[in-house]
Amino acid sequence: MTLFISGHELKDLVDDMVPGAVDYAEESALWIESSKILDVCKVMKANSELDFSFLTAITAVDYVEYFELIYHLTSMRRNKSTVLKSKCSGRSNLKIPSVVSVWQSADLQEREIWDLMGIEFEGHPNMKRILLWEGFDGHPLRKDYIG
Amino acid sequence: MAEIRTEPVTINLGPQHPSTHGVFRLRVTFDGEEIIDVEPVFGYLHRGTEKLAESRSYVQIVTLTDRMDYTASMSNNLAYVRTVEKLSNIEVPERAQYIRVISAELQRIASHLMATGFLLNDLGALATPLVYCFREREKILDLFEMLCGARITLSYMRPGGVLQDAPEEFWPALETLVTELPHYLDELEKLITSNEIVLARTREVGILNDERAIDSGVSGPNLRAAGVKWDLRKADPYEIYDRVNFEVPIGALGDTYDRYYVRLLEMRESIKIISQCTKQISDGPIRTETPYFIRPKIGEAYSSVEGPKGELGFYMVSDGSIAPYRCKVRAPSFINLTPLREMLLSWKMGDLIIILGSVDIVLGEVDR
Amino acid sequence: MDLITSPGFINFHQIYDLTHKILTGLGVGSSAAWMSYLAACIAISFIIINVLIMSTAVYTWFERRVIGRFQVRRGPNRNGPFGILQPIADVIKLILKEDTIPSEADKPVFTLAPIVLLAPTLLTITVIPLGETSFLGSLNIGILFIVGVTSVNAIAIFMAGWGSRNKYAILGSMRGAAMLVSYEIPMALGITSVLLLSGSLAMTEIVKQQSIWFIAVMPMGFFVFMAAATAEMSRTPFDQIEAESELGSGYNTEYSGIKFAVLFLAEFMAPIITAAIVTTLFLGGTKGFDPIPGEIWFVIKMFIVIFVLLWFRATWPRLRVDQIMSFAWKPLFGLGIANIFLIALERQLLSDSAGNLSTENLIIMSVINWIITIGTLLIMANVLGRKKFERPKPVPSPLANMGGD
Repeated sequence: MTLFISGHELKDLVDDMVPGAVDYAEESALWIESSKILDVCKVMKANSELDFSFLTAITAVDYVEYFELIYHLTSMRRNKSTVLKSKCSGRSNLKIPSVVSVWQSADLQEREIWDLMGIEFEGHPNMKRILLWEGFDGHPLRKDYIG
Repeated sequence: MAEIRTEPVTINLGPQHPSTHGVFRLRVTFDGEEIIDVEPVFGYLHRGTEKLAESRSYVQIVTLTDRMDYTASMSNNLAYVRTVEKLSNIEVPERAQYIRVISAELQRIASHLMATGFLLNDLGALATPLVYCFREREKILDLFEMLCGARITLSYMRPGGVLQDAPEEFWPALETLVTELPHYLDELEKLITSNEIVLARTREVGILNDERAIDSGVSGPNLRAAGVKWDLRKADPYEIYDRVNFEVPIGALGDTYDRYYVRLLEMRESIKIISQCTKQISDGPIRTETPYFIRPKIGEAYSSVEGPKGELGFYMVSDGSIAPYRCKVRAPSFINLTPLREMLLSWKMGDLIIILGSVDIVLGEVDR
Repeated sequence: MDLITSPGFINFHQIYDLTHKILTGLGVGSSAAWMSYLAACIAISFIIINVLIMSTAVYTWFERRVIGRFQVRRGPNRNGPFGILQPIADVIKLILKEDTIPSEADKPVFTLAPIVLLAPTLLTITVIPLGETSFLGSLNIGILFIVGVTSVNAIAIFMAGWGSRNKYAILGSMRGAAMLVSYEIPMALGITSVLLLSGSLAMTEIVKQQSIWFIAVMPMGFFVFMAAATAEMSRTPFDQIEAESELGSGYNTEYSGIKFAVLFLAEFMAPIITAAIVTTLFLGGTKGFDPIPGEIWFVIKMFIVIFVLLWFRATWPRLRVDQIMSFAWKPLFGLGIANIFLIALERQLLSDSAGNLSTENLIIMSVINWIITIGTLLIMANVLGRKKFERPKPVPSPLANMGGD
């Protein structure tokens, strides 16, 4: 069975490696401050005890005052999984560091989030729309988008 | 003598093309015969499934999920209803779990048959292996018609169980299929697996090794062909997969031949699972009573299954109302396209179609 | 003109004599010679074109039905009983289609290309001995005529692609021309080994010398010739140049209407011609057992060869372009040369003082050759192809571990 590592278990380890990154920890996820997400992800992959080599999915959810970004991670070698979350406040000019340099699988997923939700990922080599055509106005999956 | 000036040429493998498995567009730059750059363009089949799901009730979304990976509806349904059950803590009776697993494995065989047939069509074998694969797939679709009346977009599963019990004539027909299909797979293997031409075209072509595969988020038969023994049915067993015995086939090199061969072996394993399930199944209810409009408590859940194309996951956020607040699909075909560029570089024009065919994408899932 | 007349088959010289007799009987005088020559030419061309085009039409029907059967389905069965009128429907459709010429195209080259492709195919039937002799009598350079005339195919394909001024068409036609030119050599090597035994270029002579069919005497030569001929016709497994599932449709992308019908016709006439040549060279031509006349035997053998070619097309995938080229230049070339060497050696050792080979000698040769051929092919497949057949044992990667820690 894949063991789910709760936020509380991760908190101390991540705090040691990247001080000041953790916002707070809950049972289902570990909340990371948005500007430090790249450093935390590097640690999650490189640390041999954590060894989260597989990025299962990146999701963005629009809770009207802020956007929530959820990273589902899996460690194939140790058969464990965990969840990282991060917050982006505001409605426009949203930026967060891209994790493409850590896991290649973030490539297309981050483009999709930019396309449909409007969150820009800094450091992504090809930040263009992917599912909608160039020149489309707006970000459809937002709650205030009326098609 | 003047020097001959050559320049690379960019060709558009347009959305309408006999062998791009749907409306998929590739902009390829060739230097002579060799590929030097690839830029995939998709979105031609984007229907806004995730946005539509935010204004439909939980049972209505089952029909939306059918149409994502339209070659493997049962798997989509299964992933979705499992997420809803996790979100709202619904128990599923045992007979329903057995029927779900049988349907999912039948669907896996049908999807792999289609993938193999189309790969061989791309290789140029003039549709003959394709028609043989489809002949067997017809038998499976007939079984689905007995179960729920439809052949392709099935909508068979519901949160809490399945729609209706299998009719009387389903079980003998399933028995016949399970006994005959291995002989047919032997026939296909004799035709293809040691065919000199297939080997020459697919051996060591389009290699994706294990480290790159894991890093790119590839899952399913593509990952297993690279040598990574990771199958969600064994790593994180769901439904009744921990009560059946089966192997997880892997490939050696991660080339196109391995991707084809792993699918063939997986079909054999699926047959084993089905025959074990038919022996273990017992009578009982096939659906837990749920209100028509399910209102899960506020929260979120992520759950995934091993679909024929890879790890198919649903992440749902509920705000207590009859429709989800957010329904996100982790589509395997979309993420399997991440390493496409590095798989295609430095191969020739004739290899492009084959490598693309072996990755086995379905545009309904890529674009949602 | 060293043509031999003989009864039993319509040929050029017969019609010439007949017309000459009629015209001098009518009192035409000195111009009877060229007039009867002209009449004979027209008559023979008429017969050849009709025979070939009708048989190509029937062949297209046959191919679609048979490939349908291979694919567990029926072929066309709507037009007429068993779909027998399907070729007529196809032809009518193609004639009624608009005949477009791209504005950028090189018009003379574009228009002439289908004609240049069709003419050599029609010409080859003139020297194949369908009875005692062929349409042109017993031409003493028969097989050389065929090799020379079929080389024009390469020019025609290049003209078709070049005239279209279309990126994909030029790509396809250049590949096609390169492939056709490379496969001329194994074809010629296969033919040379036949010549070593027959001693003459004339096709009728080759048929006469086959007291044992040459397929039995030189299986390696048969294999080389069949492979080269399949490639010359651009049929699977060598049909990369017109592969539909690749980019565009190759050299005939821009053609429509009657020009396309002519290209289509030439492409489907090729297997018939090749079957006729293979039957003459390797399967004994019109030789057969007595109650059935030789012409019917010829047709039966042709039918078997055509069916085998169709079988290849229905079953096998296609090779990649560079694999096709390396197949021509390495294995086929080597086997062709080895075959000639072997036949020459055997002929030298086994023939009597006059240089003739008796039937018993041919039987000895065939036994030896079959053993050598099977041995060579087994060695080539197992030793040289070993790398491809061996699948390294899959080892689970250490990067994933489903059992946990």
